[in-house]
Amino acid sequence: MKEVIDLIKKDFLLEIRQRFALNAILLYVVSTVFVVQLSFGRIIDETSWIALFWIILLFAAFNAVSKSFVQEHSARRLYYFVLASPVSIIISKITYNSALMVSLGFLSLGLYVLFLGMPEFNPWLLYPSFILGCIGLASALTMVSAIASSAGNNAALMAVLGFPVVIPLLLLVINAFKMALKVEIATMQLIKSLTSIFLIDAVVIVLAVILFPYLWRK
Amino acid sequence: MIKGMWWKVAGIILVIYSIIAGIMVEVPALPLIHQTIRNLFYHVPMWFAMFIMFGTALVYSIKYLSSLKLKDDLIASQAVNTGLFFGSLGLLTGMVWAKFTWGDFWTNDPQLNGAAVSVMAYLAYTILRGSIDERALRARVSSVYNIFAFMLLVIFLGILPRLADSSLHPGKGGNSSAMGDLDPTMRLVFYPAIIGWIIIAFWILDIRKRKRILELQQQF
Repeated sequence: MKEVIDLIKKDFLLEIRQRFALNAILLYVVSTVFVVQLSFGRIIDETSWIALFWIILLFAAFNAVSKSFVQEHSARRLYYFVLASPVSIIISKITYNSALMVSLGFLSLGLYVLFLGMPEFNPWLLYPSFILGCIGLASALTMVSAIASSAGNNAALMAVLGFPVVIPLLLLVINAFKMALKVEIATMQLIKSLTSIFLIDAVVIVLAVILFPYLWRK
Repeated sequence: MIKGMWWKVAGIILVIYSIIAGIMVEVPALPLIHQTIRNLFYHVPMWFAMFIMFGTALVYSIKYLSSLKLKDDLIASQAVNTGLFFGSLGLLTGMVWAKFTWGDFWTNDPQLNGAAVSVMAYLAYTILRGSIDERALRARVSSVYNIFAFMLLVIFLGILPRLADSSLHPGKGGNSSAMGDLDPTMRLVFYPAIIGWIIIAFWILDIRKRKRILELQQQF
C-alpha cells in the first residue's frame, strides 16, 4: 500500500515538474472546443453536443494516458522493476491516470459548457456516468499503453489497439448521456445503465491487474 | 488434437448434408424473410465457428502465460487467424442476407456494429503480432492482448446487443428469442450445420498449425 502511494506521488511530481505535457493537453482541449464553437455556434442539438464532447475527451484521454508508460524509457523501467512489485505499479498508474482523467474531464466539461452552453440533463445520471466513464477510459488506455510500450513505443499501435478497447465503454457512456437528456428517468433504468458501465470498468481493471505482471516480466 | 480420420469425415458429411438439405428442406413462409431464411444454415454457423475458434485462442493464450511454451502461442495465433476467416465469411453472408431482407448491405444494428468492432479487435491483434520481432516477447504481449480481445468479443456479441433498445436480429433488444421458436424441421438442418462447421474449423486450425510448425523448422 505504501508502495502504491509512493508511486502515485512520483507520478504526480513528474507531472508537476514537466508541466509541458499537461499544458499541451489543456491547450488541445481549449483549441478544439474553440473550433467547435466557431463552426457550430453556441447552440447545437443535444445529440451532436454529446458526440462532440466525447470525441474531444477521447482524444484528450489518448494524449494524457498514452504517455504513462511510453515516457518511461527502458533504463528507468529496469529501476522500477527492482524497486516495486508489478501489481502496485499498475494499481498506482491506474489510480493516477483515473484521477488525472476525472479532473481533466471536469475541466473540459466546464470549458465546453462555457463555450457551447449546456442542454438540460438529469444530474443523477450525468455525473456518475461521467466519472465512471473517465475512470474506465483511463484504466483501459493505461493497460493499452503498457501493451504498446512493450511492443516498442509505437504511437500508431496505441491507436489501433486502443480503439476497440474503449468503444464498448464509450457506447455505454454516450447512451447514458442520451438517457440523461430525459429529465424524468425510472430509477431502475438509471441503476441498470450505471451498473453496466461500472461492470465494464471493473472487468478492465481486474484484467489489467491480473495481466500486467506478465507484461512487466522481462 | 484428436487422432484419426473419423471426425474429419463426420465434419465433411455434416457440412455437405447441411448445404444440400439447406436448399431442399421445406421452410415456413414468413413475411419479409421468405426463402432467404435458408441463409440461417450458412450464416449463423460461421459465427459459431468463429466464437469457438476465438475461445480456443483464449484457452491457448492463458496456457501460454502459465507454461511459456511457444507452441501454445503458435496455436493461439493460428486459431485467431482461422477465427478471422470465419468471421469475415459471417460478415459477408450476413451482408448478402441484409441486402435482401432489410434492403441494405449494412444497417446500423447493434449486433452488426459489435461484430465489426470485435473483428477489428482481432485484426489489431494480428497487427500487434506483426510489430514485435522477438518471439518470446511477441508471444507474451499478444497473449495478454488476446485475453482483452475475448472480453470485448463477449461484451459486444453477448451483452451489448441485449441491452440495446432495438435490434433487427432475433433474440436481441426486445425481439422474440433466437432459438426458442425455430421451426422443428429447420432445426434438423441447423444443428448439424453448426457442428459440421465447427469440426471443419478445427480441421483448418490443425492444418494451419502443422504448416506453421513445418515453416519454423525449416528456418533453423
